[in-house]
Amino acid sequence: MQLKNIIEVSNLNFSYEKQKVLENINFKIRENDFLTIIGPNGGGKSTLLKLILGINDLQEGSIKIFEKNYINQIQKIGYVPQNTNINLNFPITVLEVVMMGQNNLQKRLFGYKKDEKERAYEVLRKVNMEDSAKNKISNLSGGQRQRVLIARALFSTPKILLLDEPTSNIDISGCEQIYSTLEELNKEITVIVVSHDISVILKYASKAFYINKKLTYHDLTTMKDEFKSIDSHICEIELLEMLGRCRC
Amino acid sequence: MLELLSYSFIQNALLAGVIVSIITAIIGTLVVVNKMVFLSGGIAHSAYGGIGLTIYFGLPMLLSTSLFCIAVTVLIAMASYKNRENLDIMIGLTWSVGMSFGIILADLTPGYQTDLMSYLFGSLLAVSTEDVYYMASLLFIIFLIVAVFYRDILAVSYDREYANLRGIKTKFFYILILVLSSLTIVISIKVVGLILVIALLTIPIYISSFFCKNLLSMMITSAILSIIFTLIGLTVSYQFDISSGPSIIMSSSLCALIVFIFKGIKK
Repeated sequence: MQLKNIIEVSNLNFSYEKQKVLENINFKIRENDFLTIIGPNGGGKSTLLKLILGINDLQEGSIKIFEKNYINQIQKIGYVPQNTNINLNFPITVLEVVMMGQNNLQKRLFGYKKDEKERAYEVLRKVNMEDSAKNKISNLSGGQRQRVLIARALFSTPKILLLDEPTSNIDISGCEQIYSTLEELNKEITVIVVSHDISVILKYASKAFYINKKLTYHDLTTMKDEFKSIDSHICEIELLEMLGRCRC
Repeated sequence: MLELLSYSFIQNALLAGVIVSIITAIIGTLVVVNKMVFLSGGIAHSAYGGIGLTIYFGLPMLLSTSLFCIAVTVLIAMASYKNRENLDIMIGLTWSVGMSFGIILADLTPGYQTDLMSYLFGSLLAVSTEDVYYMASLLFIIFLIVAVFYRDILAVSYDREYANLRGIKTKFFYILILVLSSLTIVISIKVVGLILVIALLTIPIYISSFFCKNLLSMMITSAILSIIFTLIGLTVSYQFDISSGPSIIMSSSLCALIVFIFKGIKK
């Protein structure tokens, strides 16, 4: 069976003022891909993400999501924003944060419906956070909070999960937990991660886009075998440079 | 002391105190979690301009000051929504310009004698029955809005960018919260006055933030605390013949201090 194109970007150009940020970007993302977007700071990763999400307006080219024009499709994407540690002291429980993922907020005085709560517990179970459901969000660690945000993105049953640097400011064990959660989720949905932890994310992802104004595509499934043959440690910087240079 | 309760002005004072306590608790919670405390301070002082207009043209105080404040608020909200870096300057401007405007108008009013201090620090015993009706209707409106839009307001307050992506009209709710807080400020003029209203909007919320896990429980706890402080403040003010507004603020800040120390020791 031919896998469907979930996101199709063609001839995308984007510039801020006069500075070109993205140049002639073309790619297709298939169902159940685990894609990572890597590249240097200022290379255009976040801009691409914002274009896909519809936060930035399209200037040139087209983005299709589920083979349709992207404007009405945005709700099918689950989005996990960058871990910025804003509003840490906000009085809100984990359960309420998760239920914020609802697309069309249901009107009910002060409250939530029972089936919504059940759904929230269900997604929290998927990210292993159900025990913290009634905790205040500020009592969680950075890694736990990030998994709650993943649950929030999953709440509306999206087909695509989009994460913007989910592991920045999070310790190593927290990172591992997040990535293994994503690996588990990838069995059912497409996962796209913008990431800085190149050496870690390459272990989990199946495809990689290197973006520095232009896009370089890497199929990691073949590359992983190559990595295995190298015994010595690979430095992240060398890796990033290598990925940027080659055209495989 | 009990026979005092038979006087209608005492009844009005108590009712107004309780209603305003509940209103400031609900709106104060929103103001605090949205980090709008100083914005509210700016609006509170600009309300003085509205009072000036009221005095000069002989308009009904609560209504016309409310309208004036809403106009100022919408202006600030529109200007600061996209660019929060401007906010500081906007606050400073409305703060001082509004106040100066009000004082000049009061100066120009022929034969004007009333003490402007009463608007700054409140005069609870001068609350009329109409004022109480006005306060009660505002409480009803605020209650209704918060109840119906609770989740939208929560989403916008917690994570505006995400709320935007989920299709919530964040700008509308940003302005709505500010308009409601400006109405709250005006309504509090009679109880604690323009300057001390900031205390009512923050102190009970600060105390309840130690105990509450979510926004709703914070509103309820703050309301209960606020009512208690108001009643204590009023009693003290009567017993020692001192101003009611500052008595209310002192009783609540004393409690905040105790909670703060207690929590500090526990840590």
